[in-house]
Amino acid sequence: MRTILRLFELAHLPRGRLALSIALGALAVGFGVALMTTAGYLISRAAEQPPILALTTTIVLVRFLALARPLARYLERLASHDVALRALGRVRATVYERIEPLAPAELEPFRRGDLVSRMVADVDALQGLYLRALGPLVVATVVSLACVVAVAAVLPTAAVVLACGLASAGVGVPLLAARLGRRAVRRQAAARGELTAELVELLHGAPELVAYGREEDALARVRHADRELVRLGRRDALVAGLADALSVLVAGLTTVGVLVVAVAAHDAGTLDRILVAALALLALSSFDAVSPLPSAARELSATLASGRRVLDLTDREPRVADPTEPTPAPAGPVTVALEGVTAAYPYEASPALEDFYLRLTPGSRVALVGPSGAGKTTVTNLLLRFLDPRKGRVTIDGVDVRALSQEHVRRTFALAGQEAHVFDSSIRENLRLARPEATDEELRGALRRARLKDWVETLPHGLDTLVGEEGGQLSGGQRQRLVVARALLTDAPVLVLDEPTAHLDGPTAEALVADVLDAADDRSVLLITHRPEGLELVDRVVTIPVPA
Amino acid sequence: MHVLDPRLLRRARAARVLLVVDAALGIVMALLVLAQAVLLARVAARSFDGASLGDVATPLVLLVAVVAARSVAAWGFEVAGRRAAGDVISQLRLDVVETRLREHPSALDGARSAEVATAAVSGVDALETTFARYLPQLVLAVFVPVAVLVLVVSIDPLAAGVMLLTLPLVPVFMWLVGRHTERRARERWEALALLSNHFLDVVRGLPTLRAFNRSRAQTERIAEVSEEYRRTTMGTLRVAFLSGSILELAATLGIALVAVVVGVRLVEDGIGFEAALTVLVLAPELYLPLRNLAAQFHASADGAAVAERLLDLGAPENACNDQLHGRLDPAPDLATAPILLAGVSFRYPSRSVDVLRDVDLELSPGETVALVGPSGGGKSTLLSLLLRLAEPSSGRIMVGDDDLADLDAREWRARTAFVPQHPTLFRGTIADNIRLGDPSAGAERVAWAAELAGARAFIARMPEGYDTIAGDGGRGLSTGECRRLALARAFLRDAPLVLLDEPTADLDPASAELVLAAIEQLRVGRTVLLVAHAPELAACADRVVRVEAGRIVEPTEVAA
Repeated sequence: MRTILRLFELAHLPRGRLALSIALGALAVGFGVALMTTAGYLISRAAEQPPILALTTTIVLVRFLALARPLARYLERLASHDVALRALGRVRATVYERIEPLAPAELEPFRRGDLVSRMVADVDALQGLYLRALGPLVVATVVSLACVVAVAAVLPTAAVVLACGLASAGVGVPLLAARLGRRAVRRQAAARGELTAELVELLHGAPELVAYGREEDALARVRHADRELVRLGRRDALVAGLADALSVLVAGLTTVGVLVVAVAAHDAGTLDRILVAALALLALSSFDAVSPLPSAARELSATLASGRRVLDLTDREPRVADPTEPTPAPAGPVTVALEGVTAAYPYEASPALEDFYLRLTPGSRVALVGPSGAGKTTVTNLLLRFLDPRKGRVTIDGVDVRALSQEHVRRTFALAGQEAHVFDSSIRENLRLARPEATDEELRGALRRARLKDWVETLPHGLDTLVGEEGGQLSGGQRQRLVVARALLTDAPVLVLDEPTAHLDGPTAEALVADVLDAADDRSVLLITHRPEGLELVDRVVTIPVPA
Repeated sequence: MHVLDPRLLRRARAARVLLVVDAALGIVMALLVLAQAVLLARVAARSFDGASLGDVATPLVLLVAVVAARSVAAWGFEVAGRRAAGDVISQLRLDVVETRLREHPSALDGARSAEVATAAVSGVDALETTFARYLPQLVLAVFVPVAVLVLVVSIDPLAAGVMLLTLPLVPVFMWLVGRHTERRARERWEALALLSNHFLDVVRGLPTLRAFNRSRAQTERIAEVSEEYRRTTMGTLRVAFLSGSILELAATLGIALVAVVVGVRLVEDGIGFEAALTVLVLAPELYLPLRNLAAQFHASADGAAVAERLLDLGAPENACNDQLHGRLDPAPDLATAPILLAGVSFRYPSRSVDVLRDVDLELSPGETVALVGPSGGGKSTLLSLLLRLAEPSSGRIMVGDDDLADLDAREWRARTAFVPQHPTLFRGTIADNIRLGDPSAGAERVAWAAELAGARAFIARMPEGYDTIAGDGGRGLSTGECRRLALARAFLRDAPLVLLDEPTADLDPASAELVLAAIEQLRVGRTVLLVAHAPELAACADRVVRVEAGRIVEPTEVAA
């Protein structure tokens, strides 16, 4: 319950619209029940052959309900989808706002594997909370209560039967369904995982499997895993069908029960005969209210799991914070330094960097080399203040970066390299990230300095060419050069190149480093690399040791 | 209503019997609902005429029996439907994997394999709706209205006529569905996927956005993009929801018309109470299957879309199919037969540019040839063609006097050893991973191969040595370690033709040294074709061939 409330808070849902959507939903279902009941009443009353005029009101009511029910349903569907779509946008914006200060150090665990996609899917799943879980729940409760109250006014014993029936169909069966469903999901989870793992291996290793003539073995393993999943699926279908069967049984028996009570009451003279059929029809149609509940229950438990994961993330406090009174930022060419820095990532015990010194004077070119795992990228994170040191300090012109605003710190550096993200957008949009107000002339200048201008000019769409997801439409070299051009577009006095030559072949890598150093002009350059290319072009090579 | 992909329907044959049982159970359920209506009306009508509980005992007991039977049929309906769906899904999954492996064995990268595997295991769940509900519902949508009308005609033909008054609304519904729902709704779902990708892209790029002080600006952008999507989507939904509402209107109007018309006739003594009540209870059933069908339309379409994407993936792009060729010759002895590529071109059907263009290349027996040149020039594709993982679009590859395409692919591959650019670490022990090269190899030969590949030292450092479980869920290996295991496979294979794709990439200088020494050993008495970026690697070849943009340029002789 607390989770639900907090998730509502996260979405800042428009309460009025939510209430309207639920009210319309209740009206739609209520009108449906009322239509059958009134129609049954009309026929019973007509069978007593009163003057036609006596039936006029009932006839008008039946006609009204026949038109109002589809209208209410139509409006309800629009309103609820509107709420869900609003929720989606707001949840995304809020979650983004909360995790923005956490990146990248706090989000490090999410970068592994495809946890980012799962997180995004979790956020998106939350819209189901309003549309498919809570709406039906509230509607079912309201309409069920209304039906029971209406019946109670006429025949209390029938109301008791109906209440029992609606409660078992609306609470008992969904609970059972959710419980059996959870068990089924648990049972199948392992089999699904196993099959997924086999498939990933097969899809990734297909050339090797075929080249080594082992495709039959691999297929046999997949078939085996698939058979196991199918077997479990069959077993679970048996159980899942039970919920459906029970729903039908409860609804049917309740209707019969109400009918029996009504017949007996009429026989005993406590119920007018024109109400017998109406009561039976009311009971029969009232189960429309509770029929969506089993699926709503499943939806609720699934979205709550997503919701908990999202809340777990948004609850984290950023460890890097702006000082209350930032020191004015140093301007112009600056000296940046790491002074005896020891640093570790949150959630990791061993330090990524130990007692490290580095000094970058204006205009100098320094290469930082070392084996992988030696914490080269940690240096980038420290300089940009994505991470604060445990010991020692990071300074810009002698001022501790913790005394500056984060924005000013980051304005000092232009970052390019392997980890720099290329957005699924145009070349222009990717470049303008560095300077939103840049003119096309300036963009072309940056591309020219990154030796990319000639290529861009051969493209039919030029700067508007789309680069694909993660820059997938570009070659490795083009992607790196685009990232460099973006960095060159800033006024930052320090250029940080973090593994700019990863995945490039030797000559391409050499040309890239030479071009970038050339284009850097009077900026200082920190070249972080594990490869030999370009080391002869820098003033100084600093080797970073692997922490003990 | 959407048309199912014929490829999907073909797979449905696997579950034909179950699907028929499912539809039959659906029909039984529908008939029981009709019986229930008749009995319900009978009890209420008798009571109206003053019957006591005892007087209506028989129809009441029958009513309970009908309810129980409906419940059992509903169970069977669900079980048969889900079993059928499970069988079809499994068939689809296995077909796709098999096609992929047999006819188009190119590698998918890590993220993409995970995505496809997840789609094949969980994504296809959406198909359950298609087969367990949508298909049987199609049968019911035809059967039930007819059954209801027949029954009503037998009770009171005039009432049946009244019911049919709402029938003209059905073509309106069909028109709305055909006109708007499917295409527009699909467009909206695609837009939603794009929107989701946009958000994913922004979250992935957060570190970069922060580095450029642009991350805050994105908050508004996310809200804006979502709001824009909401506005346009609501526009579509206003029309899309109309079709469902029309059907609902047909149903409620039907009930109202029946109630009012039959009511008036009751007053005028034109119909009996029981008949009137029966017709009223039957009225909502007329359009129920059609409404259910419409309700499952989206879920079913989603499932079909997932299946189509999977089927597209499995569809052969450039089939290597032994059956295409009648003659399957034994491969000639590579110790004496040269390999000759004559005018070989290759193009992926999905692309407009040749990856390889008119390549001529001869590999003499025992020769080591290095392919150099920029990334993306077609070097790896050349290796794939030699392994028959794909067939040339034009030109021929000759082995001695035989066309490679005429040789038995499996037998040919048995004479090759291959180390791809990104070797796969399979789940299992380190020893099993090396044994991919030769499943029958004993522990000693495995150790020997590991030694030659420079892998002995790091394997010795592992807690359980060769028995350490590696791969997904086991111990992770660095790229360099993985590559050395793949080399060990190649050594164990002991094949006359060795194809190496950048064997020293990502290795530190010491390991690269070890691998180079290993290759020096491996090339003795074998034909070796290697893709080389590192100059040291190219230097160990007899001959260096430069490949650029799919063409061979200036073959350079290098002293061995």
